[in-house]
Amino acid sequence: MEMKLRASAGTMESSDAYVEIEPGTDGIKLQLESVVMGQFGEAIEKAVRNVLQELSVENANVRVVDRGALECVIRARVETAVLRGKGDAQ
Amino acid sequence: MIRSMLFLPGNNPNMLINGSVLGADAVIFDLEDAVSPAEKDAARVLVRNTLRYMDFTGCQRIVRINSTDTAYWKADLDAVLPEKPELILLPKTGTAQDALTADAYITELEEKLGLPANSVGLMPLIETALGVENAYAIAASCKRIHALFLGAEDLTADLRCKRTKEGREIEYARTRLVVAARAADVEVYDTPFTDVNDDEGIWTDAELAKALGFTGKAAISPRHLEAINQTFSPTLAEIDYAYEVLEAIAMAKAQGKGAIALRGKMIDAPIVARAQRTIEMAEQLGLDRRDAE
Repeated sequence: MEMKLRASAGTMESSDAYVEIEPGTDGIKLQLESVVMGQFGEAIEKAVRNVLQELSVENANVRVVDRGALECVIRARVETAVLRGKGDAQ
Repeated sequence: MIRSMLFLPGNNPNMLINGSVLGADAVIFDLEDAVSPAEKDAARVLVRNTLRYMDFTGCQRIVRINSTDTAYWKADLDAVLPEKPELILLPKTGTAQDALTADAYITELEEKLGLPANSVGLMPLIETALGVENAYAIAASCKRIHALFLGAEDLTADLRCKRTKEGREIEYARTRLVVAARAADVEVYDTPFTDVNDDEGIWTDAELAKALGFTGKAAISPRHLEAINQTFSPTLAEIDYAYEVLEAIAMAKAQGKGAIALRGKMIDAPIVARAQRTIEMAEQLGLDRRDAE
């Protein structure tokens, strides 16, 4: 099921990540900002794309602002944003 | 063995990821009061991922779900049960039926997930007048109950009295819970001391809880953990005495005596049982009679 709504999750606080997602039409467009872009940018992008794939999101515009979050936190924030965007959040 | 439990707000990554290194015997991932209704979904996913990916070796993992009168509790359990937390803290447990309702759904999930029956324990949070009055029925309601847990903040609101540091307003609830829990053969944990800046008060409050018979105590600040852990650990004198009791009993048996005195006092079954519990606790904590302090 594809994205229905524009949605966000997370915060800009230290150790967290802020994720915005909206329906797209041309694959996954990912914009990533991170305080550790040089060291972990690739790993973060991979984690974000993995979550999107697991949740069957094929078309979306995604913005991730990482504030030094661990991968499990980034994955959680992306998942929450997707569920909210699909209207599945409880 | 749990002496101390530290509450961690379920939607705060900074606290969650550091929870295992703060010195608590257990951490409580809080999906209830620490999380606003708009963030329940986010906290649930974050706590699930923390349980799944973070190493909490040596620190038991407890999840406070939302109460069974909310729309959230089943989704909370759906999210966290696959990660096999040791305990579920069930807020606002007022009756045995509340505990049985949660027990039935946890049983369903355990079966679906292929987990052994009762592998995830249940710890009812007693924080209403009704819960205090029904404490024994709740504690004895099902095999899954591991402990009772006193929540004084909500309780005093329900009792329409002021929460104080001295805690006279919760004396009845404290003693009632200890008696109910012991009668049902489960553990019992005391409410947190909520003044995070009072470094003396936490010692007094923890000592009172231990004197009343509580197994341990919860904390909302890592600053309180040392006082709780020390207070609920056996002292060197207690460990020494426990070994002396068991040695005296062994000697009496070897000599064919039915009864024996130690330090001028008859050693009877309750004293032996207490000595065994002390030694068991000391062993779990890596203490012995020579270097406990």
